[in-house]
Amino acid sequence: MPDVLKAPLVVEFPFTRSLGPVQSAFLTGLRERVILGVKTRDGRTLVPPVEYDPVTAEEIRDLVHVGVTGTVTTWAWNHEPRRGQPLDRPFAWVLVKLDGADTALLHALDAPGPDAVRTGMRVRVRWAEERTGAITDIACFEPYDGDDSEVTVHAGEFEDPVHGIVAQARLDYTYSPGRAQTAYINALAERRAVGERCPSCRKVYVPPRGACPTCGVATVEQVEVGPSGTVTTFCIVNIKAKNLDIEVPYVYAHIALDGADLALHGRIGGIPYDQVRMGLRVEPVWTEGGGYPDHYRPTGEPDAEYDTYKELL
Amino acid sequence: MSKEPVAVVGIGQTKHVAARRDVSIAGLVREAAVRALDDAELTWADIDAVVIGKAPDFFEGVMMPELYLADALGAVGKPMLRVHTAGSVGGSTALVAANLVAARVHSTVLTLAFEKQSESNAMWGLSLPIPFQQPLLAGAGGFFAPHVRAYMRRTGAPDTVGSLVAYKDRRNALKNPYAHLHEHDITLEKVQASPMLWDPIRYSETCPSSDGACAMVLTDRAGAARAPRPPAWMLGGAMRSEPTLFAGKDAVSPQAGKDCAADVYRQAQIADPRRDIDAVEMYVPFSWYEPMWLENLGFAEEGEGWKLTEAGVTELDGDLPVNMSGGVLSTNPIGASGMIRFAEAALQARGQAGEHQVEGARKVLGHAYGGGSQFFSMWLVGSEPPDA
Amino acid sequence: MTRDIAVVAFAQSDTLRSSEEVSEVEMLMPVLHDVLAQTGLKTADIGFTCSGSCDYLAGRAFSFTLALDGVGAWPPISESHVETDGAWALYEAWTKLLSGDADTALVYSYGKSSPGSLRDVLTRQLDPYYVAPLWPDSVALAALQAQALIDAGDTDERELAAIGARSRATDNPRAQLKGPVPQGDYVVRPLRTGDCPPIGDGAAAVVLAAGERARELCERPAWIRGIDHRIEAHSLGVRDLTDSPSARLAAERAGAFERPVDTAELHAPFSSQEVVLRKALGLDDATRVNPSGGALAANPMMAAGLARIGEAAARIHRGESDRALAHATSGPCLQQNLVAVLEGDPR
Repeated sequence: MPDVLKAPLVVEFPFTRSLGPVQSAFLTGLRERVILGVKTRDGRTLVPPVEYDPVTAEEIRDLVHVGVTGTVTTWAWNHEPRRGQPLDRPFAWVLVKLDGADTALLHALDAPGPDAVRTGMRVRVRWAEERTGAITDIACFEPYDGDDSEVTVHAGEFEDPVHGIVAQARLDYTYSPGRAQTAYINALAERRAVGERCPSCRKVYVPPRGACPTCGVATVEQVEVGPSGTVTTFCIVNIKAKNLDIEVPYVYAHIALDGADLALHGRIGGIPYDQVRMGLRVEPVWTEGGGYPDHYRPTGEPDAEYDTYKELL
Repeated sequence: MSKEPVAVVGIGQTKHVAARRDVSIAGLVREAAVRALDDAELTWADIDAVVIGKAPDFFEGVMMPELYLADALGAVGKPMLRVHTAGSVGGSTALVAANLVAARVHSTVLTLAFEKQSESNAMWGLSLPIPFQQPLLAGAGGFFAPHVRAYMRRTGAPDTVGSLVAYKDRRNALKNPYAHLHEHDITLEKVQASPMLWDPIRYSETCPSSDGACAMVLTDRAGAARAPRPPAWMLGGAMRSEPTLFAGKDAVSPQAGKDCAADVYRQAQIADPRRDIDAVEMYVPFSWYEPMWLENLGFAEEGEGWKLTEAGVTELDGDLPVNMSGGVLSTNPIGASGMIRFAEAALQARGQAGEHQVEGARKVLGHAYGGGSQFFSMWLVGSEPPDA
Repeated sequence: MTRDIAVVAFAQSDTLRSSEEVSEVEMLMPVLHDVLAQTGLKTADIGFTCSGSCDYLAGRAFSFTLALDGVGAWPPISESHVETDGAWALYEAWTKLLSGDADTALVYSYGKSSPGSLRDVLTRQLDPYYVAPLWPDSVALAALQAQALIDAGDTDERELAAIGARSRATDNPRAQLKGPVPQGDYVVRPLRTGDCPPIGDGAAAVVLAAGERARELCERPAWIRGIDHRIEAHSLGVRDLTDSPSARLAAERAGAFERPVDTAELHAPFSSQEVVLRKALGLDDATRVNPSGGALAANPMMAAGLARIGEAAARIHRGESDRALAHATSGPCLQQNLVAVLEGDPR
């Protein structure tokens, strides 16, 4: 088997998250160095404050001010911080019950080492220098040996409240296309379209997907198809796609390569866009370094009869 | 063993808009759920289980968001099941929930579907750049437009039919307070003058991108007897899937759609859908899919669907009204769109659709589809319970 | 319950640290062929098909649509998909058989964790406002739970190590990690390498059948006497991490406490979570826990829960168990739990 194809796949997006009133008050409070909890009807104070009582499902809105000091309820020593985590040096993950709260908040504790951390220890919030109204406005917790902080009722009203956060999220993957796709991609590098035939129904799949989707068996026998084919149907694209550098209008077509039993997709060039038609005979045009045909152009052959490709529509 | 009849006794939707900036994801789903509970005059304690659906998690960037939504949906201590069947998911989710009642696993189930598209960008979520692969050469419409062209070629439909559908659905939406698009000054001329994006699909023939949620309370016979308002009864429901792309696939009229409809009609004892069904909420993301589905669902002979549209049969006051709510063309929170079809069908059967109510609608079809026209889910609901 | 439904076949792939030479469908398809061959059924004979998978693992939307290629869904099939562990797909299929909509069901699930960094990927499951922005990884959260157990006197590091060692002493040929494995260094203290599941890619499938159909397809069907699942609040800070009320309630609803089980297949990805589950499910030494090795021996995401049901059923098929409990979990620190009780006919 040839070497497995691999390439990085980065999934990254700045998600824009709107906030409900409770979250808005809590995150705005963090910006102002105030921590708010929310009171349930039976008198528990939930910190961080949630919009709905996890026990009764009631909507809850009564905000209360809780302390910036609290007690560790459990902890875990993280000697190898990972990307995005609150501290870039070894730290403890902690659940902290802030003074006045009945539930615990998850965050990081800056401590010299695991021996300095224990359940029941007292900690206090260390605020971030720059605060925007996000959970990261708490830089972390730090050990604390002073008194409990005062707890007051708070209306949760601030100037210029935060109504949304931008949650940047990036995940790194390594993509590998599998056996059948790898063979197809490798053949394309030699400017050949190689599909695979189903041993059961004998249909030729281009690109091959490893399985015949109607028979549910592996396709193995390789079959070179094309290079020419027939436009089975198409549309004229008049709006520029964000990720593409192609001048509009252009034709996006389904093309059944000769010998293939279903159409693949490609752009049609070398002909005015308004003269492209179903049945047009085309051939691939390659550019240097392209992993697949840049586009397809007319071969000059007579158009295919509708009956010859209508099953491939 | 006979199945327990399933009744829809509560329906709730959010007002669908481009961006709900005043709520969290939880707040959005909660709003629809509370409206459905209020409609049924039930409380969280009355709900035995929650079945939730949405389209790909990348849309909001939350993996398996039902975990985080459990609290907001009163699911703590209850069963919560997450369904994902691409665009048909809203319909499939309702069917999974209905089956919990039909199988007598639970008496009363809350089912909900949502999408908060404004958290990201659906086209980003749908077209994550896959290495080695040719990038998608066209946007969402580009995926569907070639099939529309194939339909036009196959049937000889005049190219104005698509605009008729869009004009109708947008006018219907004006009667639906929950619809996203309310284009008060819509005219047929405006639709036909709108830019051609993916020829043959015009801008006005495409769906919007919406934030929205839809919820239903489903219950058994005993629950229906206690319901404060008339229930809608499920007379048949089915899902069908076929592969994404395959040799011999009919993208214009997929076999899975035909089979799914046939299964529903068999269960509901529908001999002639055109005659026996009073109205349809079908999943039409691009206007031309109305005539295509009319044929696929057996309301018209092959090649004849566009004639029903052209003759005004599918208008709100026509003989077979289609998408009385304004349809996906007027509201598209992707993962919820299928459930909105199912819920709107139920609203009609209950006589609760308000301004867009079809007079005397007794049997109404809800339809959803997704993926590469490969996943179908449908239900037929009626004003009377199924024969015992 | 008015209809008897059984697991009549189970198949799984090897679980591998990397399966980069095969696509998802190429990994899945042999498992589907295996499970169908055990029953002699073909896709067209199956009344309902349901799968479980998760787009986030491999970073691609709609990955399940291409996996469907391995089924051979032609003519079209009655089919559904859950975006979670396949155990919940089995639950959905069970309701389809229960309602009489189908007599047989194919359930499968698969997961490729190798393309991404699983610990980071799983952070995307967490509250997107208050928790996900801190990127607390799955091991860190499990470690918080483990420390809570230690503080409560429910376990200690030595007992946790013993759980890992016992799990990997399995003779399961499909286990990714077995035999003597060093307990290793802390990953996130108090959890060491040996307390954590191996990361791997894999697939699992089962066939369900109702009534007489089950007896035709399997010599000793594993009858599902009860199955139920429950979810807890999402935030770790509001939960008692040393207990699993949702697992206990699911077990109660599934009838697990009516009579003792001889075998339990628990989906406890971390050794400490076995401690929680044993307590919640009231399991003592009379019950053989995870003879398959459990998730500490192989933990293909989205398939490991279904595999627990499959492993429990397979022991009944082979006559090695008469009454078994199978458990699956989803979410951080056992947030959501499913319990099935399986029985063989008396011998």
